[in-house]
Amino acid sequence: MVDVMEQTPPLLHGPSEKERKYDRQLRLWAASGQSALESAHILLVNSGCGTVGVETLKNLVLPGIGKFTIADEAKVSDADLGVNFFLDEGCKGKSRAQCCAELLTELNPEVQGNWWPREKSSSFEELLGSPEPFTAILYSAPISEERLRMLETYASQFQTPLVAVQSAGFYGYFQVKLPGAFPIVDTHPDDTAIDDLRVLAPWPELEDFARNMTKNFESLDDHEHGHLPMVVLLLHYLEEWRKSHDGANPISLKDKTEFRKGLEAAMRRDNAEGGEENYEEAVSGVMRHVQPPALPSTLRQVFDYQRQGTDADSSFWLIAAAVKRFHEKHGTLPVSGGLPDMKAQSDVYIRLQNLYKTKARQDAREVLATVRSMEGGADVDSAEVELFCTNARFIKLINGADVAPKTLVHVTEQELANDEMAAVVGPEMPYSLIGIYLALTATTHLESASEEDIESSIARHVPIAAGQERILKAAKEVARAGGVELHNTSAVLGGMVAQEMIKIITKQYIPVDNTCIFDGIDSRCQVLRL
Amino acid sequence: MSVATQAPASAASPVDEDARWKYLNHIRQTPGPFTDPASQDEVAMRMFDNFKVLVIGAGGLGCEILKNLAMSRFRDIHVIDMDTIDISNLNRQFLFRKADVGSYKAEVAARFVMNRVKGVSITAHNKTIQEFDLDFYRQFQLVICGLDSIEARRWINSTLVTIAEEGDPDSIKPLIDGGTEGFKGQARVVLPSFTSCIECQLDMHAPRAAVPLCTIASIPRQPEHCIEWAHVIAWDQEKPFPKLDKDDPEHVTWLFNKAAKRADEFGIQGVTYSLTQGTIKNIIPAIASTNAIIAAACCNEAFKLATSSVQCFGFENNYMMYSGNDSIYTYTFNHQKKPDCPVCSDQSRPLDVDPKATLQELLDSLAVRPEAQLKAPSIRAEGKSLYMRAPPQLEEQTRPNLTKTLLELGLADGQYVNVTDKAFNTQFDFTLVFK
Repeated sequence: MVDVMEQTPPLLHGPSEKERKYDRQLRLWAASGQSALESAHILLVNSGCGTVGVETLKNLVLPGIGKFTIADEAKVSDADLGVNFFLDEGCKGKSRAQCCAELLTELNPEVQGNWWPREKSSSFEELLGSPEPFTAILYSAPISEERLRMLETYASQFQTPLVAVQSAGFYGYFQVKLPGAFPIVDTHPDDTAIDDLRVLAPWPELEDFARNMTKNFESLDDHEHGHLPMVVLLLHYLEEWRKSHDGANPISLKDKTEFRKGLEAAMRRDNAEGGEENYEEAVSGVMRHVQPPALPSTLRQVFDYQRQGTDADSSFWLIAAAVKRFHEKHGTLPVSGGLPDMKAQSDVYIRLQNLYKTKARQDAREVLATVRSMEGGADVDSAEVELFCTNARFIKLINGADVAPKTLVHVTEQELANDEMAAVVGPEMPYSLIGIYLALTATTHLESASEEDIESSIARHVPIAAGQERILKAAKEVARAGGVELHNTSAVLGGMVAQEMIKIITKQYIPVDNTCIFDGIDSRCQVLRL
Repeated sequence: MSVATQAPASAASPVDEDARWKYLNHIRQTPGPFTDPASQDEVAMRMFDNFKVLVIGAGGLGCEILKNLAMSRFRDIHVIDMDTIDISNLNRQFLFRKADVGSYKAEVAARFVMNRVKGVSITAHNKTIQEFDLDFYRQFQLVICGLDSIEARRWINSTLVTIAEEGDPDSIKPLIDGGTEGFKGQARVVLPSFTSCIECQLDMHAPRAAVPLCTIASIPRQPEHCIEWAHVIAWDQEKPFPKLDKDDPEHVTWLFNKAAKRADEFGIQGVTYSLTQGTIKNIIPAIASTNAIIAAACCNEAFKLATSSVQCFGFENNYMMYSGNDSIYTYTFNHQKKPDCPVCSDQSRPLDVDPKATLQELLDSLAVRPEAQLKAPSIRAEGKSLYMRAPPQLEEQTRPNLTKTLLELGLADGQYVNVTDKAFNTQFDFTLVFK
């Protein structure tokens, strides 16, 4: 008989041209992330040497951000051509905003680039008053106090993430201010962290499955015995363990080690291979999988969070409340539904996989029912509930308003104390980069500043830092830079800021909370919450 | 070096070179608290003007590197890349446009940067790195790599170690190497024969464990197993096209349909066109922003090294790891030179072996051991050829040895063996350690 499949010509399931162009990034943030990027509109408020912001935009135009606007009153000078790649000789004397916008949009015809000012008369207020709000705003220092205040007002009015960046010589920093609590569901944890096999909290169907497979355990032939899935082995030997340990599971390190020894001893070695791969998988999985169900501290923080008036994203909080209720009721989180690959026969593995999937769907349905019964929960999307349940253990809250930010003085104090320890410990403990931040922010509103200006500004704002050797050196280095951008430093920072904006816009991966300081002399970064 | 010969045909008023490089010259001419005062004399200043740099790779990192070097006022740059431009490059390789698809990367990239930044000379080589001799590499003061293949990195690394001669500082060509994967990457500097080299660091890039053939052939559980089955088994059996071209949508579609059908038979979900392509080509996700970070970190080291404006990676720290998945994390450290590195040290490296294993098994293990990763090894012991892949006569002569055990071949505990692989222009020395 001729297979029907063979007769019909294969459908060309090939990707579209756009999917091919974006293939390497769709593998990171999928179609959902891409569509978020494509609906975003970024405002860059540019100043000074003006390169770091433009480098950031380059890294957003390439992956296909929807729109960007550059606000910059500067005219292109000779010096611009020595630091900014998105200008050429023909740009001299013209609007820097316009020239950069034009050479940037050349990188990706799908992106719309705007600039300000278009006419001499249009004011900065008018730009901010445009009917369609910006998705995020990036400004580079130096910036006037007045303009910064306007941006801050805008950001709080429209709940807009506001990012500051400064690049000077070999140093730089950027700071992300999010409008409120920022929960991320799709955090993309490392593969190794994902498995949640629930061997210490199995549900009845899973227990039955394991018992059935191990019913005539000793009479199984070598092939069958060597293909019992590692999960089944763990469940079986745990049951055996409990019989001889008053019903208790091996939880302590000592017990787990003994349990593991038992598994090792139970492996058949008189077969052709001289061992069994499935047992090896079980042995090496003991420490990781034999874990009582626990509530990760990151999710506990979500559960305990007191929502503020400024916090958006209400469906997230409804689902969180429902999952919290689920956890209170069952003592476990919803099953995530994933099953890692393990040595097993195909059909057995698929059946086992379906058990996990079915249970995950069932748990998600229970959560959804709770959500729907809540005020305002009628319209919550079931797909959002499923995503929450699948990722529950890795959900993270950034910028929770109840995590009171420490003052700059307090953080500096702590960093200086750490440095005293670092001096003793040696190179394994790097010195704090707080001095770079203090020196750079002393020039936020200035084109350049002398060493003395920077030092006295630091002494005024953070007296404890005054006179400290490492901070004096940072001030000297910032003074040396004289407000000048080096292309490489700006390109590093432009890459990092773009990564962060992508994370914020796609709500995938975990953004910095909230300041990243870059030291291009030592080639390293430090993240601080300031 | 004359700038005038490359003057632009621009209608605007001529650009004053001192004014153009005002910012960069300010940093060079103003020593800071971390600048070595001895490094700021006129000789050092002139050295930078004559600095010749080789860039290997004109892809995701390479495009960024060329831009950054030009914007750091390096004047004489060569770039090697044999690849042509594919549409999937356009989301990050920003010197290329849709109309450039099919053209040589090195050529298009060089032309673009020279047009944009007047005064820089970039010589493009649409070739493989193996096509050049040692004298070609000797003309540079510095080599920067933006590659996706470990093999090419190992080749240039061993070449630069070969060039390095004791007592001749000009023969030491620092190697700056960048690599990225998704939101992560690394930048490192090698001072050949002085500091930890790419080969010393090989075990940091362990190959991914391969799926056992029996899983692929008879007990698939994952969509990838079905794709591998279509790729390694079904394709060979049916030979639907004379030669598999992993970039030909028709070929990929054939594999995808085969894999999908097999997955269906086993009740496995998740075979897609994209996964098929990703699995057979081992596609690594790549984005503009990560390339920007790593390339600029590399070029920052190059600029520091060439201008001595502050200290660069070298004898102390030489490696920066970057991760942007979960917040931002960098780890900057000193990767220590390995005293038994087969490339940059004289000591041979111990190799744990089972004396009852066959020579074939030993050779196969060299491919997967993280510290060896030799896919086509030939092996000799004290002047005796145990197995040689070429010439054909010798291959035929030594082939029967493959099935013999190490003991049968008369090899002893503590025996020196040397291994060669046509992918590398160096010899790997090992000492057998019987377990």
